Amino acid sequence: MNLKTEQNGAVTVIVVREERLDAHNSDELKAEMNRLFEGGTKDLLVDLKEVRFIDSSGLGVLVSGYKNASTRQGSIKLCSLQSQVKSMFELTRLHRVFDIYQTVDEALESY
Amino acid sequence: MKNQIDVQITIPNQTRYLSLIGRIGEQLAQALGSFSGDREALGQHLNLVLTEALVNAIKHANATDPDKEVLIRINVSDRELVIRVYDSGQGFDINGVSDGSCPEPLEEQGRGIYIIRSLMDSVVYKRADGGNVLEMKKALG
Repeated sequence: MNLKTEQNGAVTVIVVREERLDAHNSDELKAEMNRLFEGGTKDLLVDLKEVRFIDSSGLGVLVSGYKNASTRQGSIKLCSLQSQVKSMFELTRLHRVFDIYQTVDEALESY
Repeated sequence: MKNQIDVQITIPNQTRYLSLIGRIGEQLAQALGSFSGDREALGQHLNLVLTEALVNAIKHANATDPDKEVLIRINVSDRELVIRVYDSGQGFDINGVSDGSCPEPLEEQGRGIYIIRSLMDSVVYKRADGGNVLEMKKALG
């Protein structure tokens, strides 16, 4: 899976550089988020601008990251969702759980 | 003129083929001769439904056994689209996985069948030759 992890001040940004986030590759995102949280990361921003398709496994991995962040008094936020991905969050009502921003800049300003 | 499409594909029991089958679903929606609705939305829904159904077959019914296979049959007529996904495993309790309602927000699993039920008109899981079939129908009229 192609992930780019970068530091922006106190916020760690993971850019998911894949068209699909699904049952085939989402475990790698889960492992990367776990690695970051275990390494002391508190605030994680997941940039989904390149993701055109997300399935229930991809959503489940983000929920896992949300719970992981909560137990460590950290946070996970999402940004740059394409319309189909956004509609999946709405269908599963996860848009009520996550803080979702239009752009990376807007998300970074929220901290 | 007969206006019917039948597609039948067999894949190894591996998630690496999800993208291939999902794309076939998207392309199929573009190719439907008589469909007058939103083709892009239908294509996205077919991509999703096929992906979720395959994951259920590969991981749950076939228990990630790499020696097993999954058979996908798609039948499209003027009025209806039917997707059947055949596994060759012990199967799974579809009602135990999802009762049709939206899973609680912090559940990490159980959304796949909910998504399929949300996007298709009928969903049945039953025994078939040497395994089980997940049969999903959607009216196109």
